[in-house]
Amino acid sequence: MKTVLKIAGALAIVAGLAAPAAAADKLKVGFVYVGPIGDFGYSYQHNQGRLALEKALGEKVETTYLENVPEADSERAIEQLARTGHKLIFTTSFGFMEPTLKVAKKYPNVFFEHATGYKRDKNVATYSAKFHEGRYVQGVIAGKMTKSNVIGYVASFPIPEVVSGINSFMLGAQSVNPNIKVKIVWANTWFDPGKEADAAKALLDQGADIITQHTDSPAPLQQAEARGKLAFGQASDMIRFAPKSILTSIVDHWDDYYIARTKLVLDGKWKSEDTWGGFAANMVNMAPFTNMPDDVKKMAEDTEQAIKSGKLNPFKCPVYDQEGKEVPCKGNGALSDEQVLGMNFYVKGIDDKLPK
Amino acid sequence: MDIWQAVLITVVTAATPLLIAALGELVVERAGVLNLGLEGMMAVGASCGFAAATLSGSSLVGVLAAIAAGAALSALFALLVLGLATNQVASGLALTIMGLGLSGLIGAGFVGSGREAIPPIRIPGLSDLPAVGRLVFGEDPFVYLSLALAGGILWFLSRSRAGLTLRSVGENHTSAHALGLPVIQVRLLAILFGGACAGLAGAYLSLVYTPFWSPGMTAGRGWIALALVVFASWKPLRVLFGAYLFGGATVLQLHAQAASLGFPSQVMSAFPYVATIVALVLMSLGRRKAAIAPGSLGTSFVPDR
Repeated sequence: MKTVLKIAGALAIVAGLAAPAAAADKLKVGFVYVGPIGDFGYSYQHNQGRLALEKALGEKVETTYLENVPEADSERAIEQLARTGHKLIFTTSFGFMEPTLKVAKKYPNVFFEHATGYKRDKNVATYSAKFHEGRYVQGVIAGKMTKSNVIGYVASFPIPEVVSGINSFMLGAQSVNPNIKVKIVWANTWFDPGKEADAAKALLDQGADIITQHTDSPAPLQQAEARGKLAFGQASDMIRFAPKSILTSIVDHWDDYYIARTKLVLDGKWKSEDTWGGFAANMVNMAPFTNMPDDVKKMAEDTEQAIKSGKLNPFKCPVYDQEGKEVPCKGNGALSDEQVLGMNFYVKGIDDKLPK
Repeated sequence: MDIWQAVLITVVTAATPLLIAALGELVVERAGVLNLGLEGMMAVGASCGFAAATLSGSSLVGVLAAIAAGAALSALFALLVLGLATNQVASGLALTIMGLGLSGLIGAGFVGSGREAIPPIRIPGLSDLPAVGRLVFGEDPFVYLSLALAGGILWFLSRSRAGLTLRSVGENHTSAHALGLPVIQVRLLAILFGGACAGLAGAYLSLVYTPFWSPGMTAGRGWIALALVVFASWKPLRVLFGAYLFGGATVLQLHAQAASLGFPSQVMSAFPYVATIVALVLMSLGRRKAAIAPGSLGTSFVPDR
């Protein structure tokens, strides 16, 4: 037994000599992305957060990312990171929820952070951004800017995050324009430029004059630009793709969160919790307001400010569902976080059936 | 522009990349080679096309670069399956994986920039005709090229001597070899042609359909094109029909959603796949003899001197 320990000790020393001393203390942080980091949208912004983390903590961390990970096959990817010594793993898509929990059970000493989900565990925290705050601002702008009173919405999957985005957009639009209509097309994909473009074309052909999207590529925006219509960018500032058409973009901003959470692990203070920040927490930003008259711009800025300061909640009560029934108000003057995070109904005024 | 014409123009755009890629693969498979690397070659075509067009400022240069890139990648495949007689399925899958990775590498510097789409052609007078002008006389050049390609391949396979040679190589390479036909050379040319078509289809994605580059932007179109070839029983006109049916069903389901007709969106998204498979299977059931794959498809040929 002693010999074994001696050998082990000797090996440890050799290993210690072989690797630079600093590397041994480095915290390995892993990221799993659903799309390519080159999508210039959702996964791109997560990767920007990773780069900011590397920049901020420098020598203390080592980061790895896996991109283009299909949701159905994500368990393997997450486990691979856990097995290769990553102590903190961010899984950044809703569909990674169950696989993350499954792997977390097997690796109790690894900390997991799952984005946009709602299930936690001892070593699984969740985080998300209040994207719907940005969508409310978009709704206000669209309500003011539309001439046809028809907005085209390219959606991905009917999950609560997307549904609450649609509702928030609609409530924002209705606050300035009671006659507004939203046409929704589900692409059933997060990233397929061709299909997203086709969806945008279908919406434009059916009379929409503003396109907004909850899919990840700039294709819908480009279609609007090509036809001289207006549109919003998604996840990152996409102004380069449609300088004449873009009104603003909702920009995801994960930098601060990733740095803060990694510091907690380094300090040994990490614990499982849920973080849900919006404008106020600097997790969601609006890109510059462009291609709109000054009064609309002013209105958009005021709306953003009001949400940021807490004066305005996009889901302030009363909220009515499609049948016109008032939704029970479980929060403080507004729908509760749980109600928004689990949203599975359309608000009044949306003339469509929610796929379930 | 009335709505039906608008819908049909969108259908043509959705069908064209599938048609170009599938036609190339059809020729490859009729020569007896199964190249599963379509998706990878398309991706490389898309990234090289966009990169070259952006750097040179010329869309034509981009298109040519995409064709060359697709052909170059397929040359590597040819080296493996013809030169070294490796397993075609494994080599093709490897080609897809490599192509997807390589395209990301080539395109890395071009992420986040867009450009103007290659414009549709305009024939004064004709393109302005009501109802059909834009649809028939105002498409982008790729569309006419893809239709010409379908006609050309149909003629080549059924009417030309060279086409007969290609088919006989695909049906039975041993007999073809015994007759003194250059099996390897014919297959090499077919593979290069298939690669060039895949590259061209990729260029269509990144220069016309959605004029920007992003990794993974082919989004499975290579696989759909591959399936089209099989379900079209290796016949050019059926590939044409299948590609337009698939494109049409895709666009119609999006329109149906926008018009909120009330079908579940998940069912609607599956509709193009189901419709295309059912239609093409029904067609090949009609004349049973017609649905037979090339005899030597997917098997390696090693000349016995």
